Amino acid sequence: MSEAHTGDAAGLDVGFFLDWIDRAATAVAAEKERLTSLDAAIGDGDHGTNLDRGFTAARAALEAKPPEFPGAALVQVGTTLISSVGGASGPLYGTVFRRIGKALGEAEYVGARQLADAIAAGLAGVQKLGGASVGDKTMVDVFVPALDALLAGLADGASVHGVFDAAADVAESAARSTIPLRARKGRASYLGERSEGHEDPGAASAALLWRALAETVDGRAR
Amino acid sequence: MKLVGVVLVSHSPKLAEGLAELVRELGGDQVPVIAAGGMDDGSLGTSYGRIERAVSEADQGAGVLLLGDLGSALLTVKTLLDEGVGQEARAVLADAPFVEGAVAAVVTASAGGDLESVRAAAEEARLFRKL
Repeated sequence: MSEAHTGDAAGLDVGFFLDWIDRAATAVAAEKERLTSLDAAIGDGDHGTNLDRGFTAARAALEAKPPEFPGAALVQVGTTLISSVGGASGPLYGTVFRRIGKALGEAEYVGARQLADAIAAGLAGVQKLGGASVGDKTMVDVFVPALDALLAGLADGASVHGVFDAAADVAESAARSTIPLRARKGRASYLGERSEGHEDPGAASAALLWRALAETVDGRAR
Repeated sequence: MKLVGVVLVSHSPKLAEGLAELVRELGGDQVPVIAAGGMDDGSLGTSYGRIERAVSEADQGAGVLLLGDLGSALLTVKTLLDEGVGQEARAVLADAPFVEGAVAAVVTASAGGDLESVRAAAEEARLFRKL
Protein backbone atom coordinates (compact mmCIF):
# COMPACT_ATOMS: atom_id res chain seq x y z
CA MET A 1 0.00 0.00 0.00
CA SER A 2 2.92 2.31 0.52
CA GLU A 3 3.11 3.28 -3.13
CA ALA A 4 -0.65 3.63 -3.52
CA HIS A 5 -0.76 7.08 -2.06
CA THR A 6 -0.22 10.38 -3.71
CA GLY A 7 1.64 11.88 -6.61
CA ASP A 8 5.35 11.47 -6.96
CA ALA A 9 5.65 9.08 -4.05
CA ALA A 10 4.53 6.34 -6.42
CA GLY A 11 7.46 5.05 -8.38
CA LEU A 12 6.47 3.24 -11.56
CA ASP A 13 9.24 1.03 -12.86
CA VAL A 14 9.79 -0.46 -16.30
CA GLY A 15 7.73 -3.50 -15.29
CA PHE A 16 4.72 -1.23 -14.82
CA PHE A 17 5.02 0.04 -18.39
CA LEU A 18 5.49 -3.45 -19.83
CA ASP A 19 2.35 -4.43 -17.95
CA TRP A 20 0.48 -1.42 -19.38
CA ILE A 21 1.43 -2.31 -22.95
CA ASP A 22 0.54 -5.94 -22.34
CA ARG A 23 -2.90 -4.95 -21.03
CA ALA A 24 -3.37 -2.48 -23.88
CA ALA A 25 -2.48 -5.17 -26.44
CA THR A 26 -4.93 -7.58 -24.82
CA ALA A 27 -7.69 -4.94 -24.78
CA VAL A 28 -7.08 -3.98 -28.41
CA ALA A 29 -7.17 -7.65 -29.45
CA ALA A 30 -10.41 -8.19 -27.50
CA GLU A 31 -12.02 -5.08 -29.00
CA LYS A 32 -10.62 -5.53 -32.50
CA GLU A 33 -13.98 -6.30 -34.08
CA ARG A 34 -15.70 -3.35 -32.41
CA LEU A 35 -12.95 -0.91 -33.46
CA THR A 36 -13.06 -2.20 -37.00
CA SER A 37 -16.83 -1.94 -37.23
CA LEU A 38 -16.74 1.62 -35.88
CA ASP A 39 -14.14 2.37 -38.53
CA ALA A 40 -16.18 0.65 -41.23
CA ALA A 41 -18.98 3.15 -40.54
CA ILE A 42 -16.92 6.29 -41.12
CA GLY A 43 -13.39 5.26 -42.09
CA ASP A 44 -11.76 2.53 -44.10
CA GLY A 45 -12.62 -0.31 -41.75
CA ASP A 46 -9.15 -1.32 -40.70
CA HIS A 47 -8.60 0.37 -37.33
CA GLY A 48 -9.04 -2.75 -35.19
CA THR A 49 -6.94 -4.94 -37.44
CA ASN A 50 -4.21 -2.32 -37.82
CA LEU A 51 -3.97 -1.48 -34.14
CA ASP A 52 -4.03 -5.15 -33.17
CA ARG A 53 -1.15 -5.80 -35.56
CA GLY A 54 0.71 -2.82 -34.06
CA PHE A 55 0.27 -3.73 -30.40
CA THR A 56 0.99 -7.39 -31.05
CA ALA A 57 4.25 -6.31 -32.70
CA ALA A 58 4.98 -3.88 -29.85
CA ARG A 59 4.51 -6.57 -27.24
CA ALA A 60 6.75 -8.94 -29.20
CA ALA A 61 9.40 -6.23 -29.61
CA LEU A 62 9.47 -5.59 -25.86
CA GLU A 63 9.84 -9.31 -25.19
CA ALA A 64 12.57 -9.71 -27.79
CA LYS A 65 14.56 -6.76 -26.50
CA PRO A 66 13.61 -5.94 -22.91
CA PRO A 67 14.11 -2.21 -22.29
CA GLU A 68 16.01 -0.92 -19.27
CA PHE A 69 13.95 2.17 -18.49
CA PRO A 70 10.29 3.15 -18.71
CA GLY A 71 11.15 5.81 -21.29
CA ALA A 72 13.02 3.32 -23.47
CA ALA A 73 10.07 0.92 -23.33
CA LEU A 74 7.62 3.53 -24.59
CA VAL A 75 9.95 4.83 -27.31
CA GLN A 76 10.29 1.25 -28.51
CA VAL A 77 6.52 0.80 -28.49
CA GLY A 78 6.07 4.01 -30.49
CA THR A 79 8.67 3.06 -33.06
CA THR A 80 7.12 -0.37 -33.50
CA LEU A 81 3.63 1.12 -33.92
CA ILE A 82 4.87 3.56 -36.56
CA SER A 83 6.51 0.83 -38.58
CA SER A 84 3.91 -1.91 -38.22
CA VAL A 85 0.40 -0.42 -38.11
CA GLY A 86 0.16 0.72 -41.73
CA GLY A 87 -2.72 3.18 -41.29
CA ALA A 88 -2.86 6.72 -39.93
CA SER A 89 -3.11 5.42 -36.38
CA GLY A 90 0.49 4.13 -36.65
CA PRO A 91 2.22 7.50 -36.86
CA LEU A 92 -0.38 9.05 -34.53
CA TYR A 93 -0.17 6.54 -31.67
CA GLY A 94 3.50 5.99 -32.45
CA THR A 95 4.14 9.68 -31.87
CA VAL A 96 2.14 9.64 -28.63
CA PHE A 97 4.22 6.79 -27.19
CA ARG A 98 7.55 8.03 -28.50
CA ARG A 99 6.95 11.49 -27.03
CA ILE A 100 5.85 10.09 -23.68
CA GLY A 101 8.95 7.89 -23.67
CA LYS A 102 11.27 10.75 -24.58
CA ALA A 103 9.73 12.96 -21.88
CA LEU A 104 10.45 10.26 -19.29
CA GLY A 105 14.09 10.19 -20.34
CA GLU A 106 16.22 7.65 -18.53
CA ALA A 107 14.39 7.79 -15.20
CA GLU A 108 14.30 4.38 -13.56
CA TYR A 109 11.20 5.22 -11.52
CA VAL A 110 8.44 7.49 -12.73
CA GLY A 111 6.07 9.39 -10.47
CA ALA A 112 2.38 9.73 -11.33
CA ARG A 113 2.75 13.46 -11.89
CA GLN A 114 5.79 12.89 -14.07
CA LEU A 115 3.80 10.39 -16.13
CA ALA A 116 0.93 12.87 -16.48
CA ASP A 117 3.35 15.53 -17.74
CA ALA A 118 4.85 13.05 -20.18
CA ILE A 119 1.37 12.17 -21.48
CA ALA A 120 0.86 15.91 -22.00
CA ALA A 121 4.01 15.93 -24.14
CA GLY A 122 2.67 12.95 -26.11
CA LEU A 123 -0.62 14.75 -26.66
CA ALA A 124 1.18 17.91 -27.82
CA GLY A 125 3.21 15.82 -30.27
CA VAL A 126 0.20 14.14 -31.83
CA GLN A 127 -1.69 17.43 -32.07
CA LYS A 128 1.24 19.00 -33.89
CA LEU A 129 1.44 16.05 -36.26
CA GLY A 130 -2.25 15.63 -37.01
CA GLY A 131 -3.40 19.19 -36.40
CA ALA A 132 -6.53 18.08 -34.51
CA SER A 133 -8.21 20.07 -31.74
CA VAL A 134 -10.93 19.09 -29.29
CA GLY A 135 -14.22 18.62 -31.16
CA ASP A 136 -12.68 17.32 -34.41
CA LYS A 137 -13.85 13.76 -33.59
CA THR A 138 -10.45 12.18 -33.00
CA MET A 139 -8.40 10.59 -30.21
CA VAL A 140 -7.63 14.14 -29.05
CA ASP A 141 -11.24 14.37 -27.79
CA VAL A 142 -10.36 11.60 -25.34
CA PHE A 143 -6.81 12.54 -24.41
CA VAL A 144 -7.54 16.14 -23.46
CA PRO A 145 -10.31 15.59 -20.86
CA ALA A 146 -8.73 12.39 -19.49
CA LEU A 147 -5.42 14.16 -18.98
CA ASP A 148 -7.19 17.14 -17.40
CA ALA A 149 -8.93 14.76 -14.98
CA LEU A 150 -5.65 13.07 -14.17
CA LEU A 151 -3.82 16.34 -13.50
CA ALA A 152 -6.69 17.73 -11.44
CA GLY A 153 -6.94 14.56 -9.35
CA LEU A 154 -3.21 14.46 -8.70
CA ALA A 155 -3.24 18.15 -7.73
CA ASP A 156 -6.00 17.39 -5.24
CA GLY A 157 -3.82 14.73 -3.66
CA ALA A 158 -6.31 11.93 -4.26
CA SER A 159 -5.08 8.31 -4.21
CA VAL A 160 -3.20 7.38 -7.34
CA HIS A 161 -5.37 4.43 -8.35
CA GLY A 162 -8.54 6.44 -7.79
CA VAL A 163 -7.19 9.22 -9.99
CA PHE A 164 -6.29 6.90 -12.87
CA ASP A 165 -9.66 5.14 -12.57
CA ALA A 166 -11.42 8.49 -12.75
CA ALA A 167 -9.35 9.51 -15.78
CA ALA A 168 -10.29 6.24 -17.54
CA ASP A 169 -13.99 6.89 -16.74
CA VAL A 170 -13.66 10.34 -18.28
CA ALA A 171 -11.88 8.84 -21.31
CA GLU A 172 -14.70 6.34 -21.90
CA SER A 173 -17.43 8.93 -21.63
CA ALA A 174 -15.43 11.32 -23.84
CA ALA A 175 -15.19 8.59 -26.50
CA ARG A 176 -18.98 8.19 -26.44
CA SER A 177 -19.30 11.97 -26.67
CA THR A 178 -17.74 11.85 -30.13
CA ILE A 179 -20.91 10.14 -31.46
CA PRO A 180 -22.82 13.29 -32.44
CA LEU A 181 -19.76 15.16 -33.70
CA ARG A 182 -18.94 15.83 -37.32
CA ALA A 183 -15.45 14.63 -38.27
CA ARG A 184 -13.00 17.31 -39.31
CA LYS A 185 -9.88 15.15 -39.67
CA GLY A 186 -8.97 12.01 -41.55
CA ARG A 187 -11.02 10.03 -44.00
CA ALA A 188 -14.23 10.50 -42.02
CA SER A 189 -14.05 14.25 -42.69
CA TYR A 190 -14.97 13.61 -46.34
CA LEU A 191 -18.30 12.30 -45.12
CA GLY A 192 -19.35 15.66 -43.65
CA GLU A 193 -22.64 15.34 -41.81
CA ARG A 194 -22.78 11.61 -42.56
CA SER A 195 -19.97 11.18 -40.04
CA GLU A 196 -22.39 12.25 -37.31
CA GLY A 197 -24.02 9.54 -35.21
CA HIS A 198 -20.98 7.24 -35.04
CA GLU A 199 -18.38 6.92 -32.32
CA ASP A 200 -14.91 7.81 -33.56
CA PRO A 201 -12.74 4.67 -33.70
CA GLY A 202 -9.59 6.58 -32.69
CA ALA A 203 -11.40 7.98 -29.66
CA ALA A 204 -12.61 4.46 -28.80
CA SER A 205 -9.11 2.99 -28.98
CA ALA A 206 -7.70 5.90 -26.95
CA ALA A 207 -10.21 5.08 -24.19
CA LEU A 208 -8.96 1.47 -24.21
CA LEU A 209 -5.42 2.70 -23.54
CA TRP A 210 -6.60 4.87 -20.63
CA ARG A 211 -8.55 1.96 -19.14
CA ALA A 212 -5.53 -0.33 -19.53
CA LEU A 213 -3.40 2.28 -17.76
CA ALA A 214 -5.87 2.54 -14.86
CA GLU A 215 -5.99 -1.26 -14.55
CA THR A 216 -2.21 -1.38 -14.49
CA VAL A 217 -2.15 1.19 -11.67
CA ASP A 218 -4.83 -0.81 -9.83
CA GLY A 219 -2.82 -3.98 -10.28
CA ARG A 220 0.16 -2.30 -8.65
CA ALA A 221 -1.60 -0.38 -5.94
CA ARG A 222 -3.53 -3.23 -4.41
CA MET B 1 24.96 16.44 -62.78
CA LYS B 2 23.25 15.42 -59.57
CA LEU B 3 19.49 15.68 -59.80
CA VAL B 4 16.90 16.09 -57.06
CA GLY B 5 15.24 12.78 -56.25
CA VAL B 6 11.50 12.26 -55.93
CA VAL B 7 9.77 9.78 -53.62
CA LEU B 8 6.09 8.96 -54.12
CA VAL B 9 4.25 7.75 -51.03
CA SER B 10 0.81 6.20 -51.14
CA HIS B 11 -1.35 3.75 -49.21
CA SER B 12 -1.52 1.80 -52.43
CA PRO B 13 1.56 0.20 -54.02
CA LYS B 14 -0.14 0.27 -57.43
CA LEU B 15 -0.95 3.96 -57.18
CA ALA B 16 2.63 4.87 -56.28
CA GLU B 17 4.09 2.57 -58.96
CA GLY B 18 1.66 3.80 -61.59
CA LEU B 19 2.47 7.42 -60.87
CA ALA B 20 6.20 6.66 -60.91
CA GLU B 21 5.80 5.04 -64.32
CA LEU B 22 3.89 8.06 -65.61
CA VAL B 23 6.30 10.71 -64.39
CA ARG B 24 9.37 8.78 -65.57
CA GLU B 25 7.80 8.84 -69.01
CA LEU B 26 7.16 12.58 -68.80
CA GLY B 27 10.34 13.63 -67.08
CA GLY B 28 12.93 11.42 -68.63
CA ASP B 29 14.73 8.61 -66.90
CA GLN B 30 17.51 10.68 -65.35
CA VAL B 31 15.54 11.75 -62.30
CA PRO B 32 15.54 9.12 -59.53
CA VAL B 33 11.83 8.53 -58.96
CA ILE B 34 11.13 5.95 -56.30
CA ALA B 35 7.70 4.59 -55.42
CA ALA B 36 7.08 3.84 -51.75
CA GLY B 37 3.51 2.53 -51.72
CA GLY B 38 1.94 -0.02 -49.43
CA MET B 39 3.33 -2.24 -46.74
CA ASP B 40 6.35 -4.51 -46.98
CA ASP B 41 4.12 -7.49 -47.84
CA GLY B 42 2.46 -5.53 -50.66
CA SER B 43 -0.80 -4.90 -48.81
CA LEU B 44 -2.41 -1.45 -48.50
CA GLY B 45 -0.80 0.85 -45.94
CA THR B 46 2.24 3.02 -45.45
CA SER B 47 5.52 1.57 -44.34
CA TYR B 48 8.04 3.65 -42.43
CA GLY B 49 10.85 1.33 -43.53
CA ARG B 50 9.89 1.46 -47.20
CA ILE B 51 9.80 5.24 -47.24
CA GLU B 52 13.13 5.39 -45.41
CA ARG B 53 14.74 3.11 -47.98
CA ALA B 54 13.15 5.00 -50.88
CA VAL B 55 14.64 8.27 -49.61
CA SER B 56 18.16 6.88 -49.57
CA GLU B 57 17.63 5.29 -52.96
CA ALA B 58 16.43 8.57 -54.46
CA ASP B 59 19.29 10.55 -52.95
CA GLN B 60 21.98 11.55 -55.46
CA GLY B 61 23.22 14.36 -53.24
CA ALA B 62 20.94 17.13 -54.53
CA GLY B 63 18.11 16.57 -52.03
CA VAL B 64 14.91 14.53 -52.11
CA LEU B 65 11.34 15.72 -52.49
CA LEU B 66 8.59 13.55 -51.01
CA LEU B 67 5.03 13.61 -52.25
CA GLY B 68 2.18 11.84 -50.50
CA ASP B 69 -1.44 11.25 -51.41
CA LEU B 70 -3.67 11.01 -48.33
CA GLY B 71 -3.86 10.92 -44.55
CA SER B 72 -1.63 8.14 -43.37
CA ALA B 73 0.92 8.56 -46.16
CA LEU B 74 1.41 12.19 -45.15
CA LEU B 75 1.38 11.43 -41.42
CA THR B 76 3.98 8.72 -41.84
CA VAL B 77 6.25 11.01 -43.87
CA LYS B 78 5.85 13.83 -41.36
CA THR B 79 6.66 11.49 -38.46
CA LEU B 80 9.72 10.17 -40.23
CA LEU B 81 11.02 13.67 -41.02
CA ASP B 82 10.33 14.74 -37.42
CA GLU B 83 12.48 11.85 -36.27
CA GLY B 84 15.34 13.15 -38.39
CA VAL B 85 15.18 10.42 -41.04
CA GLY B 86 16.38 11.69 -44.40
CA GLN B 87 18.26 14.60 -42.85
CA GLU B 88 21.43 13.60 -44.65
CA ALA B 89 19.55 13.35 -47.93
CA ARG B 90 17.92 16.76 -47.21
CA ALA B 91 14.47 15.22 -47.65
CA VAL B 92 11.44 17.53 -47.61
CA LEU B 93 7.71 16.94 -47.98
CA ALA B 94 5.81 18.93 -50.62
CA ASP B 95 2.40 20.42 -49.84
CA ALA B 96 1.19 19.48 -53.28
CA PRO B 97 -1.37 17.42 -55.19
CA PHE B 98 0.00 13.92 -55.75
CA VAL B 99 -0.23 13.53 -59.53
CA GLU B 100 0.18 17.09 -60.74
CA GLY B 101 2.79 17.82 -58.10
CA ALA B 102 4.83 14.76 -59.06
CA VAL B 103 4.75 15.70 -62.74
CA ALA B 104 5.84 19.28 -62.03
CA ALA B 105 8.56 18.11 -59.63
CA VAL B 106 10.05 15.55 -62.01
CA VAL B 107 10.00 17.88 -65.00
CA THR B 108 11.74 20.59 -62.93
CA ALA B 109 14.23 18.11 -61.49
CA SER B 110 15.04 16.76 -64.96
CA ALA B 111 15.94 20.30 -66.03
CA GLY B 112 18.46 20.46 -63.19
CA GLY B 113 16.34 22.50 -60.79
CA ASP B 114 17.55 22.59 -57.20
CA LEU B 115 15.52 21.23 -54.28
CA GLU B 116 13.80 24.55 -53.57
CA SER B 117 12.67 25.01 -57.18
CA VAL B 118 11.54 21.41 -57.47
CA ARG B 119 9.50 21.83 -54.30
CA ALA B 120 8.10 25.17 -55.49
CA ALA B 121 7.12 23.65 -58.84
CA ALA B 122 5.29 20.82 -57.08
CA GLU B 123 3.48 23.18 -54.77
CA GLU B 124 2.48 25.55 -57.58
CA ALA B 125 0.82 22.59 -59.28
CA ARG B 126 -2.09 23.00 -56.90
CA LEU B 127 -3.05 26.12 -58.84
CA PHE B 128 -3.58 24.30 -62.13
CA ARG B 129 -7.19 24.53 -63.20
CA LYS B 130 -8.74 21.70 -65.14
CA LEU B 131 -11.59 23.67 -66.62
